[in-house]
Amino acid sequence: MRRRFDTLVIGSGGGGLRAALQLAQAEATVAVVSKVFPTRSHTVAAQGGMNAALANVLPDNWHWHMYDTVKGSDYLGDQDAIEYMCRAAAHLVVELEHAGVPFSRLDNGKIYQRPFGGQSQNFGGEQAARTCAAADRTGHAILHTLYQQNIRSRTHFFDEYFAIDLIRDRQGYVLGALVLEIETGEPLLIEAKTTLIATGGVGQLFRTNTNAYINTGDGMAMALRAGIPVQDMEFFQFHPTGIAGKGMLISEGVRGEGGYLINGEGERFMERYAPKARDLASRDVVSRAITTEIREGRGCGPDRNYVELKLDHLGEKTIAKRLPAIRQMVQTFLHIDPAREPVPVFPTAHYTMGGIPTDRAGRVVVPEKEGEEPIPGLYAVGECACVSVHGANRLGGNSLLDIVVFGRAAGNDILRFLEENRRHRPLDQESVDRALERLGRWERPDGTESVAGLRSELQQTMEHYCGVFRTEEVLQEGLQKVLDIHKRLSDVRLDDHSRVFNTARIEALELENLVELGIATVTSALARKESRGAHSRIDYPERDDEHWLKHTLFYREGRALDFKPVRLKPLSVAPFPPKPRTY
Amino acid sequence: MQFRIYRYNPETDREPYMQSYTLDRVENGMMLRDALLVIKAEQDSTLTFRHSCGEGVCGSDGMNINGTNKLACTTRLSELKEPVEVRPLPGQPVIRDLVVDLTQFFRHYRAVRPYLTAKSPEPEVERLQTPEEREQLDGLYECILCACCSTACPSYWWNPEKFRGPAALLQSARFLADSRDEDTDRRLDELEGPYKLFRCHTIQNCTSVCPKGLNPSRAIGDIRKLMLRRNL
Repeated sequence: MRRRFDTLVIGSGGGGLRAALQLAQAEATVAVVSKVFPTRSHTVAAQGGMNAALANVLPDNWHWHMYDTVKGSDYLGDQDAIEYMCRAAAHLVVELEHAGVPFSRLDNGKIYQRPFGGQSQNFGGEQAARTCAAADRTGHAILHTLYQQNIRSRTHFFDEYFAIDLIRDRQGYVLGALVLEIETGEPLLIEAKTTLIATGGVGQLFRTNTNAYINTGDGMAMALRAGIPVQDMEFFQFHPTGIAGKGMLISEGVRGEGGYLINGEGERFMERYAPKARDLASRDVVSRAITTEIREGRGCGPDRNYVELKLDHLGEKTIAKRLPAIRQMVQTFLHIDPAREPVPVFPTAHYTMGGIPTDRAGRVVVPEKEGEEPIPGLYAVGECACVSVHGANRLGGNSLLDIVVFGRAAGNDILRFLEENRRHRPLDQESVDRALERLGRWERPDGTESVAGLRSELQQTMEHYCGVFRTEEVLQEGLQKVLDIHKRLSDVRLDDHSRVFNTARIEALELENLVELGIATVTSALARKESRGAHSRIDYPERDDEHWLKHTLFYREGRALDFKPVRLKPLSVAPFPPKPRTY
Repeated sequence: MQFRIYRYNPETDREPYMQSYTLDRVENGMMLRDALLVIKAEQDSTLTFRHSCGEGVCGSDGMNINGTNKLACTTRLSELKEPVEVRPLPGQPVIRDLVVDLTQFFRHYRAVRPYLTAKSPEPEVERLQTPEEREQLDGLYECILCACCSTACPSYWWNPEKFRGPAALLQSARFLADSRDEDTDRRLDELEGPYKLFRCHTIQNCTSVCPKGLNPSRAIGDIRKLMLRRNL
């Protein structure tokens, strides 16, 4: 089966749906392919909110937001893209409000904003309140609204189709993708003049994570197989407050509303690590602080292996109004009421800062001679992409912003590309055959390894050997283990060969993607001999701007690494040069 | 712990059957989804069900658990009587095992035009809405489209093509209640007639099963009130 569209969007989270909406409204033919029904996409789980300098609560402007984001990125973020994002933020929040997002409101009727980590007024001054929120369900509110507006604009949805691989011709153009209809097991070739990858992050690399089961990095792995590198994969964010041992996310909004962390001695320990921002320091800083407290024996509980998040002092009313879903979740999973008891938390794998390298128009770019060249017809946005606005550490509230800002940017550039490229290019049969081959491998009945077994081994390996603190020795060992898992992948046996809704086969395909990205992550982490943002090397504890103020690129072919400079020059304002980062 | 799970693969089974599984180690705080994942990983990789976020926000894993529609990921094993009977959501065509075809459910959702429709020109900034106006949306906008409610509704079973069902009507109520929406008349017009709205017999299964604690029954009542007031 074959279908043809102007644009193929792979992934139906906020990034994919924002782009699709704009394209459908411009009367391009758009297909959105998603392995789950769109409102199941992981954007739905975002809680705390979306940053924009609306100044509804405290004074603010986009330039301060830009400063905070550059500093939060530990100066690895590209300052042109960060300026672009922070300038666009207010407009995009307003646009979402007009589309129907049920933001919480202030008494004067404007959008409610809460303080979040890493935010300041006036370039490092007092705490700002920049995060626009719909209670603690902001992602749900945004995703549902974008889906609803897409229904109105008659976007064409392929729900429960799994993308196998990109189709790319010899000239380098991307021509669409081979996808699999999960219900029937039938492959479908979607030809498109432009393809947008918006498949989200790869949180499932780690055993305990805040992510949905579906976050297996499918788009990034597809890019790798198409010969495209992934960028900055060593930077994986550990969220300070996942529920200890379980992983469910407790929003930074809890600390934004006034909650704080205590150790086993009842001490507000963040005061020692970040005297000014305390519990609202950047996530990397707070996660390291928690890990250090526990390593030094000051954890809570019988095994001293977590810290506690205290919010009972906020009062019933604030919790009911601002944090209702958090409360419900803690009650469901821990059987305690956070309005009365503190919540046990632990740094938990949360967000992929790295991803498919793009420019600020959402175009996928690769090194070419002295500079970079876009891959014609290919775009990426959101967590699967690396623009890079998050650099070495993302600020809370910048992820929902990232997806809508660059969803729109990609939409704009796709329309331009469609103007200039009015015809479909001839199909490249060789590329289609390669994609079919990938699918065919799973028809084989032999082998001794199980998908679930290998997946869990990979997750434990990544957690143990590539966690919050890293060293050469441990990473070396981790790399050997991940490479061994990669080798054993060829010996995986599939017991389910049914065509109908075969989730065992989907999980096998996801495992292949996870392993690719595990190798990319550990290899990149091993190479970077400094500590920056979320990448903390005990053996290289300092940031080293002289040698490492650059982006990492990992290629699948030969597991080769390359590097490219950080774009330190913003679009219109003066650069923020790297300086020591304290909170 | 003992489980009896509905199995059906249209390629190999002439009819559905219940299959028994035993889980030896049940850890404290384990949810039904965790149990299904262990069974799939360690005993039977062919067992088929939808799931994703694992925390009750994505709405993927609605199923019928000991006779009640619930989300597997927020249902504690310790609260379930043995053997735990797990079946697909009732009244929907079964694709395989616990996976049902929700095409019709989403058709009703789309039919209520579940999107904000404002006709007055958009301001440069956000539309204003007082906290009290915004509060009207609480209990309505949080729906996760898991289909637990509609597939627990006898009126929906009897008139699946004509009755919109509680989930779609809850969406309708969500936009009718939004001070920014300017399409009230058309929304109500489209629900006129004996079936789309008025097949609701206030049985309230929807409200008792909603895993998010929402109240579609009250929402339907509110739409009825709007209709009456308009027709006076």
